[in-house]
Amino acid sequence: MKLTLWTYEGPPHIGAMRVATALTDVHYVLHAPQGDTYADLLFTMIERNGRRPPVTYTTFQARDLGGDTAQLFQDAVSGAYERFQPGAMLVGASCTAELIQDDPAGLSAALALPVPVVPLELPAYQKKENWGAAETLYRLVRSLVTPRPRAAGDATASVRRPLCNILGPTALGFRHRDDVTEIARLLGQIGVDIHVVAPLGASAADLSRLGEADFNVVLYPEVAGPAAQWLKKSCGQPMTSVVPIGIGATREFIAEVARLAGIEPPAHLIGAPSRAAWYSRSVDSTYLTGKRVFIFGDATHAIAAARVARDELGFTVVGLGTYSRESAREVRAAASQYGLEALITDDYLEVEAAAAALHPELILGTQMERHIAKRLGVPCAVISAPVHVQDFPARYSPQMGFEGANVIFDSWVHPLMMGLEEHLLAMFRDDFEFHDKAASSHLGHTSAPVVAAATAPAAAPVEAIRQASPATVPADATAADGVRWDPDAEKELLKIPFFVRGKARRNTERFALQKGVNTISVGTIYDAKAHFGR
Amino acid sequence: MSAMPDRGCTEQATAVKLVRSARGQREVFCGLTGIVWLHRKIQDAFFLVVGSRTCAHLIQSAAGVMIFAEPRFGTAIIDERDLAGLADVNDELDRVVEQLLSRRPEIKLLFLVGSCPSEVIKLDLGRAAARLSRSFEPRVRIRHYSGSGIETTFTQGEDACLASLVPTLVTSERRQLLIAGSLPDIVEDQFRRLFAAMGLDAVAFLPARRANEFPEIGPGTDVLLAQPFLADTGRALTERGCRLLTAPFPFGAEGTTAWLKAGASAFGIGEAAFDDATRDARSRAEASVARYAPELSGKRVFFFPDSQLEVPLARFLSRELGMGLAEVGTPFLHRSHLAAELEMLPADTVVVEGQDVEAQLDRCRAEKPDLTVCGLGLANPLEAEGLTTKWSIELVFSPVHGYEQAGDLAELFARPFVRRLRLAV
Repeated sequence: MKLTLWTYEGPPHIGAMRVATALTDVHYVLHAPQGDTYADLLFTMIERNGRRPPVTYTTFQARDLGGDTAQLFQDAVSGAYERFQPGAMLVGASCTAELIQDDPAGLSAALALPVPVVPLELPAYQKKENWGAAETLYRLVRSLVTPRPRAAGDATASVRRPLCNILGPTALGFRHRDDVTEIARLLGQIGVDIHVVAPLGASAADLSRLGEADFNVVLYPEVAGPAAQWLKKSCGQPMTSVVPIGIGATREFIAEVARLAGIEPPAHLIGAPSRAAWYSRSVDSTYLTGKRVFIFGDATHAIAAARVARDELGFTVVGLGTYSRESAREVRAAASQYGLEALITDDYLEVEAAAAALHPELILGTQMERHIAKRLGVPCAVISAPVHVQDFPARYSPQMGFEGANVIFDSWVHPLMMGLEEHLLAMFRDDFEFHDKAASSHLGHTSAPVVAAATAPAAAPVEAIRQASPATVPADATAADGVRWDPDAEKELLKIPFFVRGKARRNTERFALQKGVNTISVGTIYDAKAHFGR
Repeated sequence: MSAMPDRGCTEQATAVKLVRSARGQREVFCGLTGIVWLHRKIQDAFFLVVGSRTCAHLIQSAAGVMIFAEPRFGTAIIDERDLAGLADVNDELDRVVEQLLSRRPEIKLLFLVGSCPSEVIKLDLGRAAARLSRSFEPRVRIRHYSGSGIETTFTQGEDACLASLVPTLVTSERRQLLIAGSLPDIVEDQFRRLFAAMGLDAVAFLPARRANEFPEIGPGTDVLLAQPFLADTGRALTERGCRLLTAPFPFGAEGTTAWLKAGASAFGIGEAAFDDATRDARSRAEASVARYAPELSGKRVFFFPDSQLEVPLARFLSRELGMGLAEVGTPFLHRSHLAAELEMLPADTVVVEGQDVEAQLDRCRAEKPDLTVCGLGLANPLEAEGLTTKWSIELVFSPVHGYEQAGDLAELFARPFVRRLRLAV
């Protein structure tokens, strides 16, 4: 038994719903009590689907438990088949129905419906949402695709362009909709045609044709990994290993796809036609250098974000972690490249503690970390599920491919600019010209009350920064380790530009501790500067 | 009314109303959802669901945005070790509670909330609460109730919670009015002021805002239910010797007047004193409701079952705003608590108790109502089909009771129409 306040992932049947909802004609009958229908609103409210998820819940009640819940389940399956006429069906149990052991597989098989009925065993007390999505896609693919060992020199292959499937995008996925558009366009530019995108937008019949493609593009390994592995074994289809998030990874992805397709990649694509690369090299991005960034998300997005952060924005990765225990090995390996110990946890409070201890200047995380960042007064960008209504923007906003790299540049740098503005507010708080009580210059001289109202909200984030950043602790404060700052030193520190002030304070305190200095004077600051001087 | 058959539907014609009951797939929340507003009402209480990852995910999704660092609700997630008997579930629960209470010293009232899985494995939370009380009383009071979906629908979770508190309240012979059902603080204060103006100061509320402020009850207590879904709470109060007053519920000017009057009459407050105390607020309410009549009058509304507020709301829309009632769905119909409300509905009203959601959607599409009141799972899909909808959950989360909120309540129903009129896309 584990105490949980917020969860990163839902139960595994939510993963199955994400697959079923992504497909066009597959209906899922879930043996579940009435409250479980809450899951519908994830799709209709967060993703704003105009269609109800294709799920029938048996909604058994306490009074049914003494009676025949098995019959209730069978009635729900045949009723759903008659009403929705699906191309295939999924049947399974949620956590409560798992306990009453009604055997959805056997009960639905006994109905002998004229469509494929795929039973799902999703252990709700062991596994979670992403595992459930992967298992569901795998079971569907295994049931619907006929294994076909690949004949060397397929006769059709010489007369047509190479053909691939795109695997992994689901309903309620983080930017899946736009990633598919972006990657489909990129594949076209490489010279590869797309056979089936699955599960997003595929029908049961489309799934059964998956084996006809030459290879598989695995966009989201968390979801598509097991299905792609099976297709590799049973249909001889190789699969991509690179997830094209960031410019470097997109280039590698192009090279990998071209190799799998047996073609030369177009030169202009390898030249990385992305604005993000230039923006990052342009001088006004210099201030991004060495920004301390804390990264937490699903494994794929967290690993990719770390690479983009270090190699494409010049940040310093100070923390890297995931809630996907299934991918802990990969994340640990990635973290070691940054000299870090990966944080593998689904305990939100542990993530918050880690983030707070590392004093990051930017947090890249999920909606949970967005709230952590808000409390710590640190800028934040969202890079991964669990999703929020804000993660389904009206505009085109992929994470993958070259346009994805542009989107990432904007969405990670903009919060930093906001942070910069907040620091400016703090810096000029006591300025002779721009102090809090001065009217804003553009408002003229008659607007004192308006100004008072306008500065009030600004004070809150500034306050948060003061609390979060050791750089602006009030004068005569005592550092955590017992080192004191004398008032002159504290004033001197305030003259140091705000964007290096935190570092100066930390270094000075570290230096003072090393040298056994109890009270930091102006001299100590400059001794420390000379000591660490770089 | 279309004649689409319901699965397992039975019809029962009463003297004036057709009440049908439906069985089939239900599209409703379970009682755990009540935690979302109950934890905000009782400011030093913690709600610990003993359940599955699904329960945790449900409450998190229902709570919407995750704004609180450490919310005053959480889930003790049962895992396979507990089920396989490798760990003693009771020991595990004790450990989790200890961990929680040592982390949260400000908590004075802990609810162990049963869920579908805990009910199915027959985890005895009553015994657990008694056992834990021995360790933690008097610092923390520990209570239990079930919010499981196999036993409770949405607002029935609040009923179960309040009913669990009633037997623990201190006995008092004191003559007082008790208002049962959680209301926003501002609404409580309005009611308190209205009764005070009539000369009645002995007014208590259940639940109270803090664990040490819960009312004393007994034979001198007359109870006004502020919510129509308090079947078990009402029964528990009666068992403690309280007297339940029957009245329409305080929605709209008319409902609020009748409800206040039931309280006033029980305490012998005369017509004149009552009118003096309520006149201003009442006319404000009537005027602010009337403002929305042009938009709503003559339009037909269809209620999907959700919170049990449907019948009183239908009465308000029909009588104070002139709306037609296509169908009034409700998850459960408490015929005696709602007797006054049912009397006030138009004679041809169709009330449907329970749900078979697909059949009900068919009826709704056939009816083409001007406004469909439904849950969040159905609203956007119905909008996409061209129906105008109102999320029913907002009617539970917003202050809608009493005179000063009557206009706001009307506005909630008018807003979808106003929005449609404004939009040119």
